[in-house]
Amino acid sequence: MTGLALLIPIALGLGLLGLAGFFWSIKNGQFDDADGAALRILIDEEDEL
Amino acid sequence: MTAATPNRAPVELPVSDFAIPGMRCAGCISKLESGLALRPGIVNARVNFTAKRISVTHLPEMTMPQLLEAISGIGFEAFAISESSGDSDNHEAKRLLKAMAVAGFAMMNIMLLSVSVWSGAGGVTRDLFHWLSALIALPTLAYSGQPFFRSAWSALRKGRTNMDVPISIGVTITTALSLYETFTHGPHAYFDGVVMLLFFLLTGRWLDAVMRDRARDGVSALLKQTSAGAMVLQPGSKTAWFDAKALKPNMVMLVAAGERLAADGMVTEGVSSFDLSLLTGETTAQSVVVGSIVHAGTLNLDAPVHVRVTAAGADTAIADIARLMEQASQGKSLYVRVADRAARLYAPAVHILAALSFLGWMVAGAGWHESLLVAVAVLIITCPCALGLAVPAAQIVVAGALMRAGILVKDGSALERLAEVDLAMFDKTGTLTMGRPTPINLADANGEQKQVLLALARASRHPLSEGIRRALETEGVAAAKIDQVREVAGAGVFATANGRAVSLGRPNTEISHEALASELQIQGKPSFAVHFSDQMRPQAAATLVELQSLGLASSIISGDRAVSVAPIAHALGITAQTSMLPQEKLDAIARQKAAGHKVLMVGDGLNDGPALAAGYASIAPASASDAGQNAADVVFMGDALTPVATAIRAARRTQHIVRQNFILAIGYNVLAVPLAIAGYVTPLIAAAAMSGSSLVVVANALRLKNAAK
Repeated sequence: MTGLALLIPIALGLGLLGLAGFFWSIKNGQFDDADGAALRILIDEEDEL
Repeated sequence: MTAATPNRAPVELPVSDFAIPGMRCAGCISKLESGLALRPGIVNARVNFTAKRISVTHLPEMTMPQLLEAISGIGFEAFAISESSGDSDNHEAKRLLKAMAVAGFAMMNIMLLSVSVWSGAGGVTRDLFHWLSALIALPTLAYSGQPFFRSAWSALRKGRTNMDVPISIGVTITTALSLYETFTHGPHAYFDGVVMLLFFLLTGRWLDAVMRDRARDGVSALLKQTSAGAMVLQPGSKTAWFDAKALKPNMVMLVAAGERLAADGMVTEGVSSFDLSLLTGETTAQSVVVGSIVHAGTLNLDAPVHVRVTAAGADTAIADIARLMEQASQGKSLYVRVADRAARLYAPAVHILAALSFLGWMVAGAGWHESLLVAVAVLIITCPCALGLAVPAAQIVVAGALMRAGILVKDGSALERLAEVDLAMFDKTGTLTMGRPTPINLADANGEQKQVLLALARASRHPLSEGIRRALETEGVAAAKIDQVREVAGAGVFATANGRAVSLGRPNTEISHEALASELQIQGKPSFAVHFSDQMRPQAAATLVELQSLGLASSIISGDRAVSVAPIAHALGITAQTSMLPQEKLDAIARQKAAGHKVLMVGDGLNDGPALAAGYASIAPASASDAGQNAADVVFMGDALTPVATAIRAARRTQHIVRQNFILAIGYNVLAVPLAIAGYVTPLIAAAAMSGSSLVVVANALRLKNAAK
C-alpha cells in the first residue's frame, strides 16, 4: 500500500504533465500547419554574413 | 531590416492574410518568408503550408495592392482573404480536440486503476481505486461531456431529439449509479466505460470537424475574390478606388482591359468586347459600344471603357442570382445524415431494451438496485459508440484519399448525397469545356517564337495572353528576356528583345471574324498568328461513359446558344437544353426532382450557382466562379473531367463501408446484449466490447485508403 501511495500520484502526475503539454502545444499553434512543419526541416537557413 | 524603430511603444501592427495556391514545396516557403521580410513596409511573413496561406504583418500605411504587388514580385499569385472567412469552425475542431485529449487522458488513467480491480483487487484497495476513478471521471465528464449535453439540451428545448439525447441520458445514469456503487462499497463501477464512451464519440466528432475544416481551407484558397470594387472617376479628373459595396448609381467606373465589372451599368466611353461566360455561359465575346448595357461579373476583354453605374450592390444581376441561390440551397439543409437516421431507429430501441430489462428483473423479484445495474449494463453495451465512429472514420479516410487526388469534399453529408445521385446535368462552358481560350496551333511556332511569346504573354492580363502563358508554361518553355515593355489597351503588348521590336496583339490581317486569334510580330521575321478555341476538357467523353456505367444518364443544360452547344453535345452523344436562364436551370432540376430523380449538377459559372445549390449533390471545377465553388459540394482541381466519376465511385464505396460498419457495430451488440440482459456483463466485458467494436470499425474504414485511385 505504501508503494501505491507513491506510484499512483506519480502515474497521474505524468499523465497530467502530458495533457498540459498537449494543451500548451495546441494553444501555441503547433498543430496549425502540420504539412508545413514537415517541409520546413528541408529549408537551409542561410547565415547572414 | 524593418522600419519599426526599437524604442517605439509596441503597437499592434496590421496583419493581412493571403491565399497562395501555387505554393508547392519547401523552397516556396523560404522564398516567400525571407523574400517578403526584406521588402520595405513588411515586418514579418509566416506561411501556413497546410492551408496554402500566408500571414503578412506590415506597417499600417501599406495598401492591399502594394502587398499583392510585393508577393507577385517574388513570383507567386496571391489572393486576399477576407478576415471574416469563418474561424469559428476552426475553433470548434480545436475545442473538440481538447475535449478528446482530456477524455483520452482520463480514460487511460481510469483504465490503469480498473485493470487492478478486474485482476482481483478487493476491500479497501478497490474502494480507493473507485474513489480515484470517480475523482478523475467527474471533472472529465463536466469538461468533455459538454458538447453532448449542450446539443442534447438545445434539441430537447425545441421539443426534438437527436443522437446526443440518448448519449447524455446514458452517461448521466451510468455515472450516478457508479457513484452510488462507490459510496456503498459495491463491486462494479462503470467510470471507465463512461469515459471511454466519451473518448470514442469525441474522436468521431473531431474527425468530422477536421474534414470540414480541411475542405473549407482548400476551397477558400481557390476563391478569387473578383470584382471587389472599381476605380471611380472623381471630380477634377482624379480617380479613387471604391469597394463594390460603396458603389452608387451614376458613378462612372473606369474599367481596364482584363477587369471584371463590379456593378451593372451603361458604357459611356470607349469600345470593347465583354466576356459574359461567367454570367450567361455564352462563349462568344459580345462587343460593346457607347450606350451598351453591361452587367456586374462580366469581364472586359479589349480596351478600357467608362461605365456609368445604373445598379449596384443588391440591385445587380449578380445579386439576383445570389438570392436565387439562397432560396435553392434551403432544400439541402433538410437532408438528414445517415448517422442521424440510424440513431433515430437505434436510440429508442436501446432505451426500450434497457427499460424492459429493468422491469423484467424487477418482476422476477430482484431488488431495484440489481435491476438498475443490469439496465445500465445494457445501456453501456448498446451505446452507439461504434455507431458514432462508423460514419466519420470512413468519411475522413475517403476525403483524405480524394484530396490527394485533387478532389475537395466540403463535408460528410456531401459524400452521402453524392452516393445517391442517379442523373447528371452538366453546364457547358467551363464545365464540359475549359471555359477559357486555349491556343490550338502553338506546335507550329519555332523555339524563338515560343520564348518571345511567353515573355510577352506574361506581361499582359488579357485572357488570350493568359491562355498562351498557361500552355507554354506547362510545356516548360523558358521566357526570352524582354525590356521596354508597354501594354497598349486594345492593341497589344509591345517590347524589345535582343534589340528587335516585338509585339503580341490584335492581328493586322483580318483572319476570320468569329475566331479568336492574336498575332506575334518579331522585327525582321514573318509574323505568327496564334489561334484559340474553347477546348473540351480532357477525358470528357470517357467520363460520361463511366457515369453511364455507374447508372447515371447525362445531359447538358447551358446558357449558351444552340449553335455553340450543338457540336459539344454531338461529340459527347448526349442531349442538351440551350439558352437557359439561371431560373430555367433551376426549373429543369426541379422537374427531374419531381420525377423522382436525384440530380447531380456539375457547373462552374455564376449562372450555375442556383442550380448547383438546388441539385441533390453538386460538383464544380476549381476554375469555377467563387459563387459556383461556394455552392458546390465538391470542388475538383485540374483540367480533366475524370474526378466527377471518381468522386461518385468513391462516395458509393464509402456508403458501402459505412453500411458494413453499422452491421459490424450492431452485430457486436447483438452478441453482447443477451449477456447484459442476463446480468453477466461486468465493466470488464463492457470495456472490451466497446473498444473491440470501435477498433473493428476504424480498421474497416481504413480499407478506403485508395478509394480515389
